[in-house]
Amino acid sequence: ITEVCGAKRVGYFGPAQFYIALKLIAAAQSGFPVRIESIKNELPLPQFTALKSDSEARYGTPAELHGVKFQVPHANLEKNSYKRTDEGDKQEPKSPPMSPICSPPASPSTYQRIPLTYGYGKSRSGLEQQHGAPYEVRHTTHQQDGPSSGNYGAKTALACSTLNRSLSAEREQQDSSTHYLDDPWRITEEQRDYYINQFRSLQPDLSSFISGSVAKNFFTKSKLPIPELSHIWELSDVDCDGALTLPEFCAAFHLVVARKNGYQLPETLPETLLPEYLQAASLKPIRDCALFDSYSESLPGSQQARDFSRTEVSSSEEVPDKSALLQDGKKDDKQALKGSITLKTIPKEFQHLTVKTAAQESNAFRARPRSRSYSSTSIEDAMKKGEEPPTPPPRPQKSHSRASSLDLNKIFQQNTQALRSGWLPPPPPALPPRPSASQTEQPSEVELHPQMNRPPSQAEENSSAKKEVVLAQPPSKPARRKLRTETQGLDTPELSPTVNVTSSLPAVKPHLPVQKQSSKQKRAIQTAIRKNKEANAVLARLNSELQQQLK
Amino acid sequence: LVLACVICSPQNYPLYIRSIPAENELKFHYTVHTSLDVVDEKISAMGKALVDQRELYLGLLYPTEDYKVYGYVTNSKVKFVMVVDSSNTALRDNEIRSMFRKLHNSYTDIMCNPFYNPGDRIHSRTFDNMVNSMMMQVC
Repeated sequence: ITEVCGAKRVGYFGPAQFYIALKLIAAAQSGFPVRIESIKNELPLPQFTALKSDSEARYGTPAELHGVKFQVPHANLEKNSYKRTDEGDKQEPKSPPMSPICSPPASPSTYQRIPLTYGYGKSRSGLEQQHGAPYEVRHTTHQQDGPSSGNYGAKTALACSTLNRSLSAEREQQDSSTHYLDDPWRITEEQRDYYINQFRSLQPDLSSFISGSVAKNFFTKSKLPIPELSHIWELSDVDCDGALTLPEFCAAFHLVVARKNGYQLPETLPETLLPEYLQAASLKPIRDCALFDSYSESLPGSQQARDFSRTEVSSSEEVPDKSALLQDGKKDDKQALKGSITLKTIPKEFQHLTVKTAAQESNAFRARPRSRSYSSTSIEDAMKKGEEPPTPPPRPQKSHSRASSLDLNKIFQQNTQALRSGWLPPPPPALPPRPSASQTEQPSEVELHPQMNRPPSQAEENSSAKKEVVLAQPPSKPARRKLRTETQGLDTPELSPTVNVTSSLPAVKPHLPVQKQSSKQKRAIQTAIRKNKEANAVLARLNSELQQQLK
Repeated sequence: LVLACVICSPQNYPLYIRSIPAENELKFHYTVHTSLDVVDEKISAMGKALVDQRELYLGLLYPTEDYKVYGYVTNSKVKFVMVVDSSNTALRDNEIRSMFRKLHNSYTDIMCNPFYNPGDRIHSRTFDNMVNSMMMQVC
């Protein structure tokens, strides 16, 4: 069996090998030949006489886990994680957790075992494990307690592998056994892929956001207590916009997984989970080792000054995003705050580019979104009938508002400007409260920024996400830019601060060739006008409602 | 020297209380509670003006106690109240404002958290750290 499952080949029982071995045991006990193909059969639970029913249930769930969704492992994990104590625990806490957890949520004990097995295998050649797996399991379990401190790294691989089991039991070999695995806060490739898949299930566009409410429902399924989920959110949502980008989501997911495996949540986000790091991870694999050296789990708060080149790489991506984010946030609030906020955001961008200490990073993150969230909060507060500030409705706008923010007023002005030319962007139709504002804001201002690719897709993404907006994107980007310049010219005083600043930022944009007018564009314009009027009416109605609520 | 910091909901129950000297908490609570009346008074008097960072400068509530109570109200009637020992330089208006701004920003960050239900007590560790650092730095 050990040979078949590949343990002999790799030299230890990794999670995959262990599962396969258990399956083979069940197969053998059921009378099937011991071969890889036997695993595919529906096997009864193997009988382990040496152990209690732990292994049976534990083993049975792996078989059932195929195709099982995300919720199940998490539900199971939770119980296990709470039973787990520190790594240094001796034998007693280990076996009791096994048995109580045994029956339905057997996978937790599996999860618990696996890191031990895995870490043990890593720390030693794991020869002992290759003997009759069933009878040795308990021994190894106990023996694991000793070198358990080395299991930290195994955990991430474990979590990854156990979660991936639903995808394919045989798939994993020791890919998970990467080098710097002592760091539980480092995301392995399989984990990353899994997170990305989960992200995709929530939000098809990988470059867009998951809104707060969606993420909340998703992570609530993990059955962690709300305060812990709240803390995880605070850790992972570094720009505090109430939405999760892909790296933020990966970090959050990773934290959930770690917590379920018994790790205590850190006070501050570990370096390896920061968005820039996660985005740059693929670019700087070599530096990870250096990072790992500097990383020390005992000092969660002591995030070292980042490697400058890494931040450069990631910041080049991040800065435009952040600036986009900020731009939107400003547009959300139509008051003079915008001006001050814009000014704040610019220095923050530069701050972002410099080598940061942990404090600086947090400040940079905080300061930037702070200005934005502050502005949006005021209106959101009003929306909420005097309740506390923003929850879901505002959030989507904030998240998607990282595109630009073209105020509806501006659009109306443009419309009243008698259809300048064929490049008036069709502003998104009326959405409930602010989303409409931000929606319309998004498409146009998006164009301001160097990243032209993202904003249109994002704006489209947002509109689809909102399910109310039929965003007919303008035919071409130059059209947008032209609109932008016109918009700037049309600015009323109330909007001037923002516009001035935002216009200054994309300094190169302003002058672009005039777009040719086509009947198609005119039709688009007229549609846009109609939609604008609808949006206007909705907003006016909403405005009156809000005023009444304020009183 | 910031002695106490309290966040109150629109319904005037506290969402977050933090006092620096562990003793005398009750005194601070009472002080803050009385100051809420003044805050409400100012709110109703303001009418249309919604965003006003500098809401409440009471000066010395009790001349013998030698501290000042400052207030701040958000658009959703969430009140921040801060008790400051005026043995320091009394003229720190800008510092007080910046502190309220920081408080407000951290508060909105908490609001961004979808797991936070408006009206709950605030248990966020990040928020605690921010408030602590803010109060400590002033000392």
